[in-house]
Amino acid sequence: MKTKLTAAAMAACMAAGPALADLVFPDLSYRTGPYAAGGIPFSDGYRDYFTLVNERDGGIGGVEARVIECETGYNTEKGVECYEATKGEGALVYQPLSTGITYQLIPKVQADGIPLHTMGYGRTSAKNGEVFEWVFNYPANYWDAASVAIKHLLDENGGDLSGKDITLLYHNSAYGKEPIRTLEDLSEKHGYNLSTIAVDHPGQEQKSQWLRIRRERPDYVIMWGWGVMNQVAIQEAANVRFPMENFIGNWWAGAEHDVTPAGDAADGYKALNMNRIADYPVFEDIQEYVVDAGLAAGDGSNVGKVLYTRGMYAAMLAVEAAKTAQEMHGIAQIDAAMMRDGMEALEMTEAKMEELGMAGIGPEFAVSCSNHGGSGGGIVQQWDASAGEWEPITDYIQPDDAVLDPLVEEDSMAFAEENDIELRCNES
Amino acid sequence: MLYREAGDFKTSYVADGQTFPIRFDRWRYYAVLAVAFGIVPFVVNDYWANAVLLPFLIYAIAAIGLNILTGYCGQVSLGTGGFMAVGAYACYKLMTAFPDVSILIHIVLAGGVTAAVGVLFGLPSLRIKGFYLAVATLAAQFFLVWLFNKVPWFYNYSASGQITAPERTVLGVAVTGPEAPAWAAYLVCLVFVTLVALVGRNLTRGKQGRQWMAIRDMDIAAEIIGVNPLAAKLSAFAVSSFFIGIAGALFFGVYLGAVEVGEAFGIQKSFLILFMVIIGGLGSIFGSFAGAAFLVLLPVFLKNVLVGALGWPSDLAAHFELVIVGGLIIVFLVAEPHGLAQLWRLAKEKLRLWPFPY
Repeated sequence: MKTKLTAAAMAACMAAGPALADLVFPDLSYRTGPYAAGGIPFSDGYRDYFTLVNERDGGIGGVEARVIECETGYNTEKGVECYEATKGEGALVYQPLSTGITYQLIPKVQADGIPLHTMGYGRTSAKNGEVFEWVFNYPANYWDAASVAIKHLLDENGGDLSGKDITLLYHNSAYGKEPIRTLEDLSEKHGYNLSTIAVDHPGQEQKSQWLRIRRERPDYVIMWGWGVMNQVAIQEAANVRFPMENFIGNWWAGAEHDVTPAGDAADGYKALNMNRIADYPVFEDIQEYVVDAGLAAGDGSNVGKVLYTRGMYAAMLAVEAAKTAQEMHGIAQIDAAMMRDGMEALEMTEAKMEELGMAGIGPEFAVSCSNHGGSGGGIVQQWDASAGEWEPITDYIQPDDAVLDPLVEEDSMAFAEENDIELRCNES
Repeated sequence: MLYREAGDFKTSYVADGQTFPIRFDRWRYYAVLAVAFGIVPFVVNDYWANAVLLPFLIYAIAAIGLNILTGYCGQVSLGTGGFMAVGAYACYKLMTAFPDVSILIHIVLAGGVTAAVGVLFGLPSLRIKGFYLAVATLAAQFFLVWLFNKVPWFYNYSASGQITAPERTVLGVAVTGPEAPAWAAYLVCLVFVTLVALVGRNLTRGKQGRQWMAIRDMDIAAEIIGVNPLAAKLSAFAVSSFFIGIAGALFFGVYLGAVEVGEAFGIQKSFLILFMVIIGGLGSIFGSFAGAAFLVLLPVFLKNVLVGALGWPSDLAAHFELVIVGGLIIVFLVAEPHGLAQLWRLAKEKLRLWPFPY
């Protein structure tokens, strides 16, 4: 039986052989499991944008983009399987949308020479391009998010948080633990009291955590949640009558499907975002070229939603980086190493975003050899339950780099030492 | 015809007592070993190693471990994931604390640490049995995962709580870390699988295994005929955990390279390995391999067929995979409640008589 299986699997692998003359963008998505609620709109946005570029512009610089979707179920073992299955196809950049899978892939992409873009997740210290040659996390990362949230609270409290109680409710995984160190350092600086409460995967059961919050009555709750955990947390917050305007999610805990299950009770819930949510002209193009043409990855109902927009934004950054790479190297059929050069030279300006039909969708930033993390800015948005919309309540808030830079330096240097990595970027 | 015993004469006790008494069976076994050691390492690529062969070999080790405890000694355990985590974290701590010592020694030591932990959690088995023991081992599962999440010392105070395997070499070739070539990682796992299967097989058909089976079949009767239940049960826990610890260390070090305890060693891992043992066949070393192959290779194979060859959307394929694997489990267990190993045994019986069945 084993040999038969082997032969059949071999045949299956052969059938999906590499095709030439296209730019391959693997999409490690998850449309199943407890995190599918977030994974589906993101993947829809990611794929639809590539379809749009193919249909409307005839590809990237004249070369068609090919997206290979591979289901990971947010599971690291399947993520590795997907990576190994797709890397031989000429993959240009990986975006796994999972911090767990990112940690798996960081050493692998460095060995294989394929860029990894973890937009707003993954290993924060990958911002340091001197150490992480192949990993990018522009435009912002977790520690930026933590700092932006605290800065927003500072603004609300007239610049003084001393004596306030802030609770971090986090997904008990690498993802959820990332902001703890930053929040601790910031608490020393600003004098608030931090306590942390973990929620285990998948986060469907949070009664005891919210009982504790109800007992301790912190002034603010910051949440690092994902998937089904968000909906449950917001519902539980409503159940214990925690004031929603004092409850802030990070940018993975601020999509429509997170708040709608709680109905009107979710009104006033705040979340960070790295994109402004608006009616961009690009959505009309997607409607026309992709959804109406029957080419959409999903059923088209997600167009314009928070995570769809973010998935599309991720695809846009990949396309722009590919274009930059094509210009730099003067050929259309770029490979992964050229893609990396393009990502490192990527510059996003207001004019460029407007030209693409998405003016102001993200912050302006420029990637450089030593800074793979972009500007780090984020906005705060608030849920308006009656209108069913996220209202941006701030402009882009810049994180506190004075606190973050030493942390990034420390963590990335530890990685460099562990793995004997020579620092790059000698000019700086 | 194929499995002919006629003319296969044994002239010594050693020959009579060997693992594969039928000549054809023995040659088949040597052929599998020759292919696995002599051919596969030369043709294996990254995808085959990392997505197919490494998980299969490592789960096979874990399944052999659990089979010794559950299949041979009759002690139901739901703590396999937790014990694998002990192996992984022990290996990580040893790797980082003593970087100059060979990784192979660390993997064996990690197994030893797990064996000690296993014995500790096996103590309640002297008093509680059956489903009640399953619940006690379930507590071990949750406690161990909680422990590795809670105490930063275990993950060397890293910011994310992840453990990442640094590069370690055997005879100058990297076997852990990203630079490890596919064949090296494969060979390391293969060597451990072969040793574990060999030791497991010979333990279970010797005095020790007979004691375990006596305890499994009826512990009071076993005690009356002179089997010490304390020694038998605890030795089963020790040997089983030793193997599972090795599997955990390989899973972390050689296969994934970075793990997060809750995700990699959660309760679903315990169930997965228990299902491998049940589907493969309780009380059979071959069954452990068959069960691991069934639950590791089949989903990958289905994915490649449904998405790669038939071009289905990946989410539909992922859902259907569950349906098909679940359906096949029911079919196989209805057809043969004693697992794939029993099917294989029956097939061998039939082959002996073929082409003249009676």
